[in-house]
Amino acid sequence: MDYSDDDDYNYDSDEIMDGTQDDASSVSEMDEDEDFHIQPTKDKKKSYEIDFDCLEQTAIQDIIRADSEQIISIFNVDASTASLLLRHMGWNKERLIEKYMDNPAQVLEAAGIPSQQPAGPSQPAPIRSNPSTRQATSTVIRRSTRRSTADSKAPVAPLTPVGCLICCDENPASMTSLMCGHNFCSECWAEYLKGKIRDEGECSIKCMAEDCSVLVPDAFIKETCDAAVYSRFEELVLRHFVAHTKNLKYCPAPSCVYTVSCTSAPPSSLTTVVPTVVCKKGHAFCFGCPIEGDHRPLICAVAKLWLQKCHDDSETANWIKSNTKECTKCQSTIEKNGGCNHMTCRKCKHEFCWVCMGPWSEHGTAWYNCNRFDEKSSSEARDTQSKSRISLERYLHYYNRWANHEQSAKLSVELYAKTEKKMEEMQITSSLTWIEVQFARKAVEEVERCRTTLKWTYAMAYYLDRSNAKELFEDNQRDLEKAVEDLSELLETPIDPENIPMLRQKMTDKTVYVQKRNEIMLEDTANGYLEGRWSWNTPVEGIERDEEPASSSA
Amino acid sequence: MAAIAPRRLTKELKELTMGECPAGVQLLQSADFETWVLSLEVLGESLYKGEVFALRFRFEPQYPIASPEVTFIVDDKFKAPIHPHVYSNGHICASILGHEWSPVLGVASVCITLQSMLASCKKRERPPDNDRYVRTAPASPKKSRFHYDDDTV
Ligand SMILES: [Zn+2]
Ligand SMILES: [Zn+2]
Ligand SMILES: [Zn+2]
Ligand SMILES: [Zn+2]
Ligand SMILES: [Zn+2]
Ligand SMILES: [Zn+2]
Repeated sequence: MDYSDDDDYNYDSDEIMDGTQDDASSVSEMDEDEDFHIQPTKDKKKSYEIDFDCLEQTAIQDIIRADSEQIISIFNVDASTASLLLRHMGWNKERLIEKYMDNPAQVLEAAGIPSQQPAGPSQPAPIRSNPSTRQATSTVIRRSTRRSTADSKAPVAPLTPVGCLICCDENPASMTSLMCGHNFCSECWAEYLKGKIRDEGECSIKCMAEDCSVLVPDAFIKETCDAAVYSRFEELVLRHFVAHTKNLKYCPAPSCVYTVSCTSAPPSSLTTVVPTVVCKKGHAFCFGCPIEGDHRPLICAVAKLWLQKCHDDSETANWIKSNTKECTKCQSTIEKNGGCNHMTCRKCKHEFCWVCMGPWSEHGTAWYNCNRFDEKSSSEARDTQSKSRISLERYLHYYNRWANHEQSAKLSVELYAKTEKKMEEMQITSSLTWIEVQFARKAVEEVERCRTTLKWTYAMAYYLDRSNAKELFEDNQRDLEKAVEDLSELLETPIDPENIPMLRQKMTDKTVYVQKRNEIMLEDTANGYLEGRWSWNTPVEGIERDEEPASSSA
Repeated sequence: MAAIAPRRLTKELKELTMGECPAGVQLLQSADFETWVLSLEVLGESLYKGEVFALRFRFEPQYPIASPEVTFIVDDKFKAPIHPHVYSNGHICASILGHEWSPVLGVASVCITLQSMLASCKKRERPPDNDRYVRTAPASPKKSRFHYDDDTV
């Protein structure tokens, strides 16, 4: 789904961080007194939000260019060499300057640049043509000796000028080499570079000759490859830069090109903050860990534990995710086709809950039956069942709900795609404007967002020690869940022009309510972290446990 | 650009049949430019003395820019050598067939490399993860991400 500009993703407009890596004292602490951009719904930064900025590709390119130009002028090298040196040093400019000043020949060699190369910045092409430009410190390019097997002089005779050794064209249109002098035809170079860049996603590419560790300079790539391959190469360099810069992260959504800059999520903060950021396209992801999505309210280290557990136990748990179940009354197969848990059997009209399979009638008043693992029945079962069985059931209880919210979020989005089509048709046949048919879209987006929160609250509940705080947490969870299920159910109401005004009012109200419940959930958990209210029933990376409760397996 | 594989393979074939075939290596099948089969023996003293293996080469149109797919044949007649870098399904874990491939290399140089890989072996054993790998291995070893831990064996 796409997000228009007027969506209320006000995260990115909050504060503008400058994108450079002057991690010194730049602008990490800007205060919020300029409220000209404040949105009506949110007037203050919530305790679960962090400061960040979303950068366009061009902004990153500017930073790279500035770094590069600095190296060019200090070392008096060409742009390709500067780029290779920076990539070699993981874009750590300071370290590069220090090392280079100390021993330029060594740094150049390690970076895959033959040391006779340094020429004035005016010489653009690194292609071997005038080897006399500047006296080099060392002239021997050491060959990699990593492969000890058959130091084969190879059946391919080296320096005999019989055309291109790779394609065996005896009369190629043009032959070129890098500074190492290994000559091949341009077509082979182009094909080779295309494969490395497009298929393997490499930006540091070695010479085609065996055991030659000279790297292909940027200018050579630009000259040899077509524009599409070169622009892919530039993107790879950019990604390499972002990956090596602490305060930057590339949006993990497929084919998204935004980068988020954030200086307010240092590793030390990750036990109390879940640094969630959103790119300009609306993709939410975690700045603190590799999880490609919003995992609030659970902190990174515990979220990682949970995903690992789900991965390890996936075979046992898979059956739950299955898309079909049998009606508890007449046993006919029912397929879940919407995001709502309220199921009605088509055959016998029996109404039940998809999650617990219990009759729906009991859910109206006693909703918590469905969000809490029934500790009492579990303790009764302890007498007859083995401990591992119980711990598996406990896990499955939480996993079941986790997986269900994930599945339901997907189904809601799919269902909405159909609704949207219908609404578009109605817009033509009725007097409704486009804006007026947007209410369902807002609702489905909110449902998706809240199901993500809910999903992670179940992972969190699995690892929380039993306490009053946990009970309050589960109350919030239940309230949010109830609100989301209601809204989900509303989304499944068949739409026709007559019921639109009523539906619109109801859905708008419910959406606002759901949004509020979600904020309460996130705000309360965030505050709980800061107050030290949450204690985990398992060791968590970065957190010292003050006491060892014996009842940790609760 | 036309596929360069046929022209290159024509030349390699000529060299292999004109007496430039490495010692201990014999071309068994080369009817097309997709699959070749060669037999391979380790000459001199080695743990594999007297054993004959067979290698299957498969070439993509991008060969030799792209590396060939090379496996030891495992059938009624041939077995894969018992070696820490050779899986029982014939897949070979050698960096030269993966990220260390250079388009300058060819069928003969791959054979020589594999011969010396076998010749320098000190202990006949399968890779430690053989069973797990063979159970889940893709049909083509080129799809495996081998971890080239120790190329000196
Ligand atoms: Zn060529
Ligand atoms: Zn070279
Ligand atoms: Zn994005
Ligand atoms: Zn995280
Ligand atoms: Zn039924
Ligand atoms: Zn239920």
